[in-house]
Amino acid sequence: MHKVYHRIEDIAGNVIIVRAAGVKYRELAEVASRRGVSLAQVIRLEGDHVSLQVFAGARGVATDARVRFLGHTMRVPFSDALLGRVFTGSAQPRDRGPALSENMIEIGGPPVNPSKRIIPRNMIRTGIPMIDVFNTLVESQKLPIFAPAGQPYNQLLARIALQAEVDVIVLGGMGLKHDDYLFFRDTLEEQGAMIRSVLFVHTAADPVVECLLVPDVSLAVAEQFALAGKRVLVLLSDMTNFADAMKEIAITMEQIPSNRGYPGDLYSQLAARYEKAVDFDTAGSITVLAVTTMPGDDDTHPVPDNTGYITEGQFYLRDGVIDPFRSLSRLKQQVNGDTRADHRTIMNTLIQLYAGYRESLEKQAMGFRMSEWDAKLLKYGRRFDRELMDLSVNIPLEKALDLGWEILADCFEPMETGVHTRLIERFWPNSAKRSMESDKSDASDPSDNASPPTPET
Amino acid sequence: MSDATGTIAGVNGSILTVSFTGAVGQNEVAYALVDGVRLMCEVMRVRGNQADLQVFEDTTGLAVGAPVEFSGELLSVELGPGLLGQIYDGLQNPLPRLAEQCGFFLQRGTYLEALPRDAKWHFTPAVKPGDAVTAGETLGKVPEGIFDHHIMAPFNLEGVWTVERVAEAGEYRVTDAVARLKNAQGLTREAAMLQRWPVKIPIQAFAERLRPADPLVTQVRVIDTFFPVAIGGTYCIPGPFGAGKTVLQQITSRYADADIVIIAACGERAGEVVETLREFPKLTDPRTGKTLIDRTVIICNTSSMPVAAREASVYTAMTIAGYYRQMGRNVLLLADSTSRWAQALRETSGRLDEIPGEEAFPAYLESVVASFYERAGVVRLKDGRRASVTVGGTVSPAGGNFDEPVTQATLKVVGAFHGLSRARSDARRYPAIDPLDSWSKYASVVDAADVAMARELLHQGAEIAQMMKVVGEEGTSMEDFVVYLKAEYLDAVYLQQDAYDPVDSATSAERQRHVFGALAGILRAALRFTEKEQARHFMHGLTQITKDWNRIAMDAPEFRATEERIRRTVAEATGRA
Ligand SMILES: Nc1ncnc2c1ncn2[C@@H]1O[C@H](COP(=O)(O)OP(=O)(O)O)[C@@H](O)[C@H]1O
Ligand SMILES: [Mg+2]
Repeated sequence: MHKVYHRIEDIAGNVIIVRAAGVKYRELAEVASRRGVSLAQVIRLEGDHVSLQVFAGARGVATDARVRFLGHTMRVPFSDALLGRVFTGSAQPRDRGPALSENMIEIGGPPVNPSKRIIPRNMIRTGIPMIDVFNTLVESQKLPIFAPAGQPYNQLLARIALQAEVDVIVLGGMGLKHDDYLFFRDTLEEQGAMIRSVLFVHTAADPVVECLLVPDVSLAVAEQFALAGKRVLVLLSDMTNFADAMKEIAITMEQIPSNRGYPGDLYSQLAARYEKAVDFDTAGSITVLAVTTMPGDDDTHPVPDNTGYITEGQFYLRDGVIDPFRSLSRLKQQVNGDTRADHRTIMNTLIQLYAGYRESLEKQAMGFRMSEWDAKLLKYGRRFDRELMDLSVNIPLEKALDLGWEILADCFEPMETGVHTRLIERFWPNSAKRSMESDKSDASDPSDNASPPTPET
Repeated sequence: MSDATGTIAGVNGSILTVSFTGAVGQNEVAYALVDGVRLMCEVMRVRGNQADLQVFEDTTGLAVGAPVEFSGELLSVELGPGLLGQIYDGLQNPLPRLAEQCGFFLQRGTYLEALPRDAKWHFTPAVKPGDAVTAGETLGKVPEGIFDHHIMAPFNLEGVWTVERVAEAGEYRVTDAVARLKNAQGLTREAAMLQRWPVKIPIQAFAERLRPADPLVTQVRVIDTFFPVAIGGTYCIPGPFGAGKTVLQQITSRYADADIVIIAACGERAGEVVETLREFPKLTDPRTGKTLIDRTVIICNTSSMPVAAREASVYTAMTIAGYYRQMGRNVLLLADSTSRWAQALRETSGRLDEIPGEEAFPAYLESVVASFYERAGVVRLKDGRRASVTVGGTVSPAGGNFDEPVTQATLKVVGAFHGLSRARSDARRYPAIDPLDSWSKYASVVDAADVAMARELLHQGAEIAQMMKVVGEEGTSMEDFVVYLKAEYLDAVYLQQDAYDPVDSATSAERQRHVFGALAGILRAALRFTEKEQARHFMHGLTQITKDWNRIAMDAPEFRATEERIRRTVAEATGRA
């Protein structure tokens, strides 16, 4: 079974073709060449022609390289010893710790039976109003951060990870800049979160094929933790690099591209990874947050486009803020009905009025006369920008909802908001009501909300 | 079982090349062996003594030289009592029972019987020995939850057969023979409650096809009033991601006026199916008083399940829909998303090195889409009853651009188009059906003249809004401004509908006629204002009351009272000088 083959027929890109018998589809092999030994995976069988994708890249591999098939697919070690450690995409230590080899598990395992999933039900609090109020993050959600290059997406990812109450953090880095890798590692360490984290990091300097392994390796490990009852948060950055690595292989394999060079199965390939997010009936959960950078800031580019169809919403990070219109949490309605009676109404009302604000801004830019209504919207929008949208704001959901009412009351008549009369009666702040409340409880101290309106020109 | 045998000669993703001896047919089912497990495949192409097969499972571990068995049969499903309430994968594997056997994960190569063999059903014969029957005619009935399930003469019977024997009333298993039939040539056949039928062949054991005429009430106002669906008709919902395709289908699956709903979750999120399968057993269907799951069949081949089985899943759903039509039911088939099925075709076609068409979709995409929707329709059964299959499919166009091949192929064949707009969903104007671009060839549930007036108003309103961007409010006449406000009002209180409000989420046809009649009056009324700010203020107020009205049950006393308030408010503006 572990026969060594010498006859390499063909080398193209990172794919080599060797003649061999009895080889299984997706089996691993070791390719030994003058450059050293690398793992490789079978990606096509045609008679006795076996195509292998070489993890370390085929550069330097010569026709006299020796290929030894291993009889199994790609595996990773799984145990609690992973925690606090950093590995490469092919699960080799990247820190100074020992290599692990016990309890090897296969990656890319079968999908979860849909009838064993449960409806997600736990909100993940982030302290970011644009998320908690408008696009609530939910345990077991799969959600990308869509961002043009240069946005602070990794910072946002790290901030959510540290704020979220989860048992295990798995970070999968794909084509990470070395600085970004160190940023993640150091941040997790400084915040004391490294002991519940495991990192699989492929940097931009590493062989591209290893990039392809990162999501599967990270998710296989996450799945084992989840099956053991843990709440796992998987951070993937950047999935566009993963898709580009797939494109590279597809082109080498002469597959017919469907859209801008990407293979026709891009959707299925991405879905196979994202669908690993799950809340298990009677076990733990996997939540996936993944950065997807948008080439040319274009969300119709095949990678963000296919991703958007797969994931349960997306956060758009633009100009340093989370865009309120394009961002979406498809699972928000699973949890925002049980947070507070006014949550959904505040969410919808603030956004609709904010859309009005943007229109007024446009009109203003065109030099049109501002109506009374425009003036109200402008005042409202400025407060919204400053007090809710700015990413430096860090307040709990309930405070953010109170602040929403406070801003509404400061800018509009109740009727102008379209809010259901019943809720107006209950939540609309008026000075009498507010002073009564502050007598009763100091939990909702109105002084927090009463930031003075600062009209500007 | 066929006598053909084969061995694997190549593996490329989900496609196998197999060398064979014996006779092998197109679309025949075969099994590839790996580690003692049989993986189901379908023959896609035969060339000389080699066949290309698509595997409905993950192909990891398959090796050149491994044996392949051919079945001699086309890919088929089981039809009979016990389908309702089931949750199947694309190959009709019952997922809950699979979970009992395999646990959390789907295990490839495990195929369970779709209809439980041990369940007993109470059969009452509807024919007697000596009666003549043809394909699809009722032999007897069994109660299945909410209905009498007809046990029908096999759909592939040719000509007239005579009933030789029929089982007496009693308890039987689905595989028990309940009748023996004989034809003029003296051939006999046993008929059981369970029949198998190949998914890619339509069941056509009816008298004739009729034109879809009556509206299928979905209780979504913008659909029933403006872009209606007909019983036995077809419609599509294209839209960019997150625009609300799935939510719209979920709403429809709950509230639509159909006897049976078949949900084909094709290549999209598993989580969405979970919502349906966990909630439907708890929700009451006002039509029957039973739970919604009792009228539902879910075919679930979500995005991480094997791609090749995605294609099978829409046909499995269609075949079950056709089966219930055959026994006289009005069936609604909802497929989400047909684009994933088209992409599965594209993946397979690419691996077969077929010449690609536009965006690498195969050249036969259009004809495949057309013949799928053609399986919808109203029919007259042989006993004179009418029955139907209505089909609604979502489309997920790349980049949200409707000019792509799947949307275009679908638009050519459907009777209604509900185009979702990104601008509307960004503005949280749900359901985000674009009122200007969408169309329907079917009849509305409300007065046609009122609809025509309202659509004209919406168009004018949009044009004026466009103009105002250039000339500003100050450059807009009061008359135009009021038209614009009326269009916004109609949008806010009628086109938009709150899917999460217990009352607003579903509007009966009766209520639509009542409310739309009232709104038509308001839209036609000459509202007079002296200032634009005053007009806007007035319309804000009117919107507010009307939205409140939408949230009051029609039989509640406040319903009339609020209507009266609206009337009085409007009278203020019409009476003004
Ligand atoms: N009718 C509606 N009412 C309220 N919210 C909606 C409605 N339709 C869609 N949404 C919101 O938009 C999100 C995405 O809708 P979905 O149907 O999943 O989109 P698609 O299937 O088009 O990708 C939902 O999770 C929900 O938050
Ligand atoms: Mg959807």
